[in-house]
Order: sequence, then C-alpha cells, then structure tokens
Amino acid sequence: MSEQHLQSQTVQTTGHAWDGDLQEFNNPLPTWWVYTFYITIVFAVLYWFIYPSWPFGKGFLSGIPVPGISRIVYQNDKGETVESHWNTRALLQADLNQAAEMQKPYFSKVAQSSFSEIARNPELSGFVQSAGKVLFNDNCAACHQQGGQGVVGFFPNLVDDDWLYGGTFDRIHETLINGRRGYMPAFAEVLNAREIDSLANYVASLSGIAHDANKAASGKVLFASESAACYYCHGENAQGRKETGAPNLTDRIWLWANVPAAEKAEDKVSAIRNVIAGGLNKGVMPAWGERMTPEEIKVLTVYVHQLGGGE
Amino acid sequence: MQINFKHEWIETNIGLMLVLTMLAISVGGLVEIAPLFFIDKTVEKVEGVNVRPYTPLEQRGRDIYIREGCYTCHSQMIRPFRDEKLRYGHYSLAAESQYDHPFQWGSKRTGPDLARVGGKYSNEWHVQHLIAPRSMVPESVMPNYPWLQTTLLDQSDIASRMKALRAVGVPYSLTEAEREANIKRFGESVAAQLHIPDANRNLVAPANLGNYDGNKAGVSEMDAVVAYLQVLGTMVDFSKVNEDELIRSR
Repeated sequence: MSEQHLQSQTVQTTGHAWDGDLQEFNNPLPTWWVYTFYITIVFAVLYWFIYPSWPFGKGFLSGIPVPGISRIVYQNDKGETVESHWNTRALLQADLNQAAEMQKPYFSKVAQSSFSEIARNPELSGFVQSAGKVLFNDNCAACHQQGGQGVVGFFPNLVDDDWLYGGTFDRIHETLINGRRGYMPAFAEVLNAREIDSLANYVASLSGIAHDANKAASGKVLFASESAACYYCHGENAQGRKETGAPNLTDRIWLWANVPAAEKAEDKVSAIRNVIAGGLNKGVMPAWGERMTPEEIKVLTVYVHQLGGGE
Repeated sequence: MQINFKHEWIETNIGLMLVLTMLAISVGGLVEIAPLFFIDKTVEKVEGVNVRPYTPLEQRGRDIYIREGCYTCHSQMIRPFRDEKLRYGHYSLAAESQYDHPFQWGSKRTGPDLARVGGKYSNEWHVQHLIAPRSMVPESVMPNYPWLQTTLLDQSDIASRMKALRAVGVPYSLTEAEREANIKRFGESVAAQLHIPDANRNLVAPANLGNYDGNKAGVSEMDAVVAYLQVLGTMVDFSKVNEDELIRSR
C-alpha cells in the first residue's frame, strides 16, 4: 500500500479517482514510438492513393500509377506496350510476358521446325523432355497415368508401339487437337449368343489364347461375313484400322477387354465376348486444341511420340 | 457557451458508453460493407463474357457437390498467378460465379482447383474417378463416392430450388415476360432451360441425352454431378475476350 502511494507520487496520474483512492497512471509513450505511429498514418494515406483502395461512387479508386512503385507495364493482345495502375491481373500479364520472353528462343524454334527436326535436334528434344513432361503431367496423366502406361479397360497405353489412331507425328498431333471418340456397335442386337461365342473364340485364337477350335473356325467365317462385318473396322487380317481407331486384335495388347486380368482361359474368352455383345460407347479423348497453344501441342506431340513407340 | 468535454463523463456513465461504443463499431462496419451494395464494377462487363445460370440438371449436380462436401478439398477460383494459369487455365472472373449461391471460391486446396475442370476429362473418367479415385490417380487421397452411381436423383423439388435461387437474383424465369427477357439475353435454347415451369422436363431430357454416367437406366446423382463438373469454367470463350479489357475492368 505504501509502495503504491510512493509510485503515484512519482508517476503522473490522469487525475481520475474512483472509490476515493483508485488512481490511473499516465505514462506517455516514448517519442520514437509516437513518431513511428505518425509515419504509418502518412504511409497509409499515400498507399490509399497509389494502390486500389477506396470505394468511390459506383466503383472504386484504382490508384495512381507511380513509376517504380505502382505502375505496371505489360504487352497487350496486340503486342502493344501499355501501362496500368497496380492490379493483380496486370501483374500476371507482365509476369507472363516475361516468361514468354524467356521461353521464346525455344518455342519459336519449335514453331518453325518440323516434328522430326525437333526430335533430332538435341537442344529442342531436351526442351521437349522437360516442357513436355510438365504438360503431360498436368493434362494427360489423369487418364494415361504419369508414365503413360494407361489403364486397361479405360485409357490406352502410350508407351508401347500399338496405336489405335496411329502413332505418326501427324496422327498424334491430330488426336491431341481434335480429340477422339471410340465406338463399337453392340452385336448382341444383331447376332445370337452362339455366334458371339464363336467370334470371341476366333478373336482369342488370333493372339494365341486357349480357345475352342471349332467355334473359332465358324467365328472366322462370321468375322469376314456381311452379317457381322467385323472386317469392316478391324481389317480383313484383324490387324486394326487406324482410320476408325479399331484396335489390332492379333498383338496380345488389350485395352477394352480386360484379358490380362482374367486367369482362366474361359474367363479371357468371356471378357472378349462381353465387349462384342455390349459394344463400346466410350474411349473419349477430350480435344485440347483450345486449351493449349499450338506450340504446346507440338511439344506434347513429340513428347508422346518419343514415350515409347512413335511410328 | 463553452462545453468542457470530459472523458470522465463517458467513463462514469455506462449507458452513454454503450451507445458510443456501438456507434464507433457501426461506423467501421458501414465503411466496409455499405459501398459493396453500390459497386457495380465487380462483375466484368466485357464483350464476350456472357455467363448463364446453371441448367436444372447442372444445378442439382451442384447441390450434390455441396452436399458431399467437395468444397472442403476443392476450390473453384483460379487466382491470377502464373503457376495457377499454367496448371488450371485462365484466372477466374467474378462474372463466372455471379449465379453461384453459395460461391465456391476458396484458398484451401487438398485436391486441385476445379474452376475449369469442364471438358478437361471425359465423362467416363469422371464416373470412374468418383466411384474409385485411386483407380485413375494412384496417389489420390480422395474418398470414394460409389453411391452417386447407384442413387437415383431426387427430382421432386427442382422447381422449388430454382424459385429459391430466383429470389436471390438468379434469372430463372417464372413468367412469360421473364422468359422473353432470357431469350434476348441468353438465346432461345438456354432460355428454355431456365424456365421454372419446365424444370422437371429439363432435368430429365439432358440427362438422358448426355448419358453422363454411362448408364441409360434412370437419372442418377452421377448424371447430375458429372453434368455440373463438365460445365465448370466453360461458359466464357476466352478466345473472344480482349485480355486488356479484363485488366482495365479492375
């Protein structure tokens, strides 16, 4: 009690007194602190005028472009250099301009070179390896998987030399730009169960899967007949037709019928039978022509081509 | 006459202190909130940007998206940064979420941003990915949503849902005059989708036509969710928009 009395005598008080003797000390802030506080007020006022801040009328004040602080210079769609007040969209545009400038030596060469020139040129193919990998992982890997191995039953493998729509540079390029849509009619509507079973055995025989030879023989006749007309898409020798995206049936590579996962021979035949009976209305690849720049698609074309078995 | 203001008046009068405290707080609130009702610059009025409300099927997909809590891991807002542009596409516009109630912006992502996922993958991928995400993306931590494929979509209350959205400003049409206005604004085929009296028909017909879930029997919740995902970020054709105008609109 006596100590507090002493302090109240040495430190200035606000002069208030509650309940008779409760006093409030008045300790002024240090001078440096007070001036720092004033500086922050000045800073805030300047900031309000330089950067977008105050609502004003039906819009807001967008700020004064001050060179070196809040002015952003970028190139617009027409390639003209324009300046803007500070905003994140202009900032992004300037950032993109800068990145494009850095990538230009590569992308302009990519734009000028043919696919095979890109693949042969060590510098450009190195660029394709790194830029293509990023593009592939961001856009393609969700379906074709990170290594390009695909998923049996859903999305084709890109690292082997089996191509549905063709593995030449031009065909890959076309696939990327326009996308693809797989289709096979459901033959349960036109053939009976016995005929479908024969066809399945014939298709199994083409890639050396255990099958019933008699059924396969009649399946072979059906395959080339007008009633089933399998040859029309898969080709007379069943090696597929890249114009229609019909797969090669003789190469032991399976996409739609999950033959590799079936352990017993009869299950393998049955997997084939299901596809023939039910047909396919899937195998959709989205079109990337509008999502990426022509140069990016070119880089991806070469990247996919060199993944495994480009033709 | 001179009034000698003393702070002590406030400090010793709790009623006055209460009134003045509330006054001080409401000034802070009003300065921040009130201008938002008058700013009409937020939604970009730029040529080529004409965003339409969701169709009944897409709207039901959106409701399921919210019901399943997709937003706890996925944002729908591409920020104007280079890395986001490279991965997800053009930055999101305010115009693109003007009919979103509630909006799906966010800064917390466990999964990728979905603002422009529309058209990026096939319907088939979406269906398989929603049923079993790890069969498509091995490192994914997303839960399985197999019931979407097996649960039929509740179609009973679509008109009420659209009326509720209309009450908060989404231009779904109830009267003939509103329908005419929508035709002028969005074109004939879109306006037909936005007409509340036709809501149930508009829910079923596109689902059967699009067959989003790959199963022709009935309209499943999967149909609605995939229809919604496939429209995200596709309403603005950026090849027809002048980037400079978008920058100037800020």
